[in-house]
Amino acid sequence: MGYPHTSHPKETPVLSQYFGDPGARSLDGWKQRGGYRALEKALGMSPADIVNEVKESGLRGRGGAGFPTGVKWSFMKPGDGKPHYLCVNADESEPGTFKDREIMRWTPHALIEGAAIGAYAIGAETCYIYIRGEFTEPLRVMNAAVKEAYAAGVIGPNAMGTGKRIDVHVHKGAGAYICGEETALMNSLEGKRGNPRIKPPFPAVAGLFGKPTTINNVETLAAVPHILNRGAAWYKGMSRGNPKSTGTKLFSVCGNVAKPGNYEVEMGFPFKEFLYELCGGPLPGRRFKAIIPGGSSVPIQTVEEAEATVMDYEGFIAQGTMLGSGGVIVFDDSQCMVKHIARLARFYAHESCAQCTQCREGTAWTTRILERIERGHGTMADLDTLLELADQMTGKTICVLSDSCAAPIVSGIKKFRSEFEAHITGKRCPMGATAAA
Amino acid sequence: MADVQLVNLTIEGRQVSVPAGTSILEAAKAAGVLIPHYCYHPSLSIAGNCRMCQVEVEKLPKLAPACATAVAEGQVVHVYSERALEARKGVLEFLLLNHPLDCPICDQSGECELQDYTYREGRAEGRSQEPKRFNPVEDFGGDVLYVTNRCILCTRCVRFMDEVAKDTVLNVSERGDRAVIGKFEGKDLTHPWASNVVDLCPVGALLSKDFLNKARAWELDRTPSICPNCTQGCNTILETRDNVVVRMRPRTNSEVNRYFLCDEGRLDYRWMNRTDRVEAPLVRRGDRLVAVDWEEALKAAALHLNGKRAFVLASPKLSNESLWMLSRLVEKTGGRGAFRVAHGPEAPLPGVPDLALRAERAPNVRAAELFGFTKSDTPLSALGSDDVLVIADHELAPADAEAVQRAASVIVIGTTLPEAARHALVVLPATNVAEEEGTFTNLRGRVQRYLQARSAPGMARPVWWSTGDLLAFLGERAGYFLASEAFAALAAARPEYAGMSYDTLGLKGQLLAGAAAPAEAARS
Repeated sequence: MGYPHTSHPKETPVLSQYFGDPGARSLDGWKQRGGYRALEKALGMSPADIVNEVKESGLRGRGGAGFPTGVKWSFMKPGDGKPHYLCVNADESEPGTFKDREIMRWTPHALIEGAAIGAYAIGAETCYIYIRGEFTEPLRVMNAAVKEAYAAGVIGPNAMGTGKRIDVHVHKGAGAYICGEETALMNSLEGKRGNPRIKPPFPAVAGLFGKPTTINNVETLAAVPHILNRGAAWYKGMSRGNPKSTGTKLFSVCGNVAKPGNYEVEMGFPFKEFLYELCGGPLPGRRFKAIIPGGSSVPIQTVEEAEATVMDYEGFIAQGTMLGSGGVIVFDDSQCMVKHIARLARFYAHESCAQCTQCREGTAWTTRILERIERGHGTMADLDTLLELADQMTGKTICVLSDSCAAPIVSGIKKFRSEFEAHITGKRCPMGATAAA
Repeated sequence: MADVQLVNLTIEGRQVSVPAGTSILEAAKAAGVLIPHYCYHPSLSIAGNCRMCQVEVEKLPKLAPACATAVAEGQVVHVYSERALEARKGVLEFLLLNHPLDCPICDQSGECELQDYTYREGRAEGRSQEPKRFNPVEDFGGDVLYVTNRCILCTRCVRFMDEVAKDTVLNVSERGDRAVIGKFEGKDLTHPWASNVVDLCPVGALLSKDFLNKARAWELDRTPSICPNCTQGCNTILETRDNVVVRMRPRTNSEVNRYFLCDEGRLDYRWMNRTDRVEAPLVRRGDRLVAVDWEEALKAAALHLNGKRAFVLASPKLSNESLWMLSRLVEKTGGRGAFRVAHGPEAPLPGVPDLALRAERAPNVRAAELFGFTKSDTPLSALGSDDVLVIADHELAPADAEAVQRAASVIVIGTTLPEAARHALVVLPATNVAEEEGTFTNLRGRVQRYLQARSAPGMARPVWWSTGDLLAFLGERAGYFLASEAFAALAAARPEYAGMSYDTLGLKGQLLAGAAAPAEAARS
């Protein structure tokens, strides 16, 4: 689906069905489109049955890690005498990703419904929706929708008239990438500096305010009502052969591509068909050069690798990268990879929370080296240093921000080494004026 | 103690059993292996941010931060494996990226953990060609300077202020490599225990203004001592350079002060270096005090005391040994003893039970009372007209001066000769806490040793020594040549101290018979 909001025939619009339809924003409009039937049904079920249904559907986390949602919910032990919390991660700060934004803009009640079901399933009475600070429109829409849902008694102390309490609070972040990391998000919600916490303890044991907490991505929760309405088997059926990756996935496409936008396809959809048919291929006269398929934190693919990829969790891993958040960033042959990798590193250096040494210093150092190479002042030894630093920055810190900075550097140098060498030997950027874009 | 489940593991080939829940870092300490670390401190919460304590644990895919990883049965830990060393070498290179190599002008040099571990495990040369970050030095208030460029962001100082001092002053401001330690708006490090952040800082980022540029760490001689500033009895290290005390720092004692020392205590050492001292025994010849040898002075003092009652004004800053010997002088002459103790505001350290800068600003009030000296704001009010006033290093307030003038005969045993006691008949020079060996009894009844840190000026002697000799002239058996002998005699004579000796006291001290441990006292 590009803009205007018409789905490509090869898309499978489940979550994106009502994108672009202002009528779906209101509670009444949402109910007319089949909304809140799943919540009504869920509140009549036992939490364990809901968890099993979601487990059965094969739904996995859409935020990046791909952890099975039902299994995550089953970590929340019922009857432990402690308050439970559900956090909705609507921080969507991964560069290249803008799918949750559209869900919240167009179908806010889909998220409220999914969150209410999730909260009930994990024994939580309180749910926090943590919205990225820069998302002003989604924040306004979500606030209005939550107000409407409270007024209609859909949520609140007597949700849907069942006597069950489900409170939903919308919280606006201050605009920090790291607050999309689940434990940093919890610290931020608690009013502290958004620093990731050491795990263990995991959130299911001690999360928000030290209490058992589950945290889910917007897209994950928005899919839950559909699973309850149409059954786990239906959801599982939306997969092209890999039983470990089921359902539909929203991909946000941006960069040098004819039709950028959000596209919803079944798991296992061929990436080549996706790029050339749904997204309209490269701009006239251009060729694709590199793809970052899952948000800026995943390794860069060459176009050959991308064309051989099937779009599911395992399919991306088989081609040396990850599904991540589904933010597809496309580079064509007019782009300087050194410049873009340096820009990515700069982003991570800016957003590092400054806790771990490797991340605080490493992201900044790699940025400086990369920018120096871009300016034509690099040496061949810098490339080895970069790879060694990337190794020091991988798997050694509290969270994965420094790993995320290292991933595009390592894949970039490995796959586009000639561009780096051209900068070093030519003592300037070979792309010249075209790279200035 | 309740049943503690022990976990067995191997660290660097050494078998060790520690209670379940112990971190690998603490278990390694028990095995005699110091895992390099910066952010970890046993009195603070786990931050796990410096990543310096990474070790290799068999069967774990990633390196483990030893401070944040609990021990497990059968674990095999390699501290010095190639992978662990490589990772720590990497951390050190990152830490030195923006850290100026200004060790030659840095106060921390020589006692700097960044320096130590870099020499041990770091690279010989850094690879960075990029310019270093620069930030100006900031005054954090109190006694603390923040040299931003040297900071490695371990956050020990932030956590100390939050968790132990419970006064949220410091924070981490900014992100990425722009991050620095900041102060909250309108706040300063004025908490009475704030200077502990200087000790906690593993590098030269937080410095004491008092110690700034005073000495190099390797020029200092270090002596275990006890802070003489209040009744808490915090364990300290007196650091001297060329026989001058230049710094007092906390010495770890988990029963008393853990790792901490209050600001007032740590800065109260300059008087130990006073130069206006009595350096020789003096006796009055007409209107002059004349220097004589010890024997002549003691004989003169004994003559004045003969048949008279001694009124002993004894400083509560004197040692157990000295106070006990003075109490024997009181007993021998049928006299009395009294003292006054200075007061100041009490300042607890909230995060540590039963630790405070105490209102009574003297180290040995407990022993002074135990040995029969009367605590009074006007200690001389009971001075009899016929008494011989013995002033044992006690400070004289203006109100005391008149009573001292009134006394028929005055003997001073002291470090200095107070103006009001210029008419003394005999003056016996005494050593101060830095110049002698001795013990104090703190407010909870813990008897603790302190050692001699600098040489005594001239012919000055500990008060127990001169008083013991004086008693000998009065016919008592009281000749002791070592502080340990004086203490042994005290332990034999006083049931509260029964069984104690310098050997049993060690450097952590022992409680008086019947005194409750501070932890229990705090609980009750």
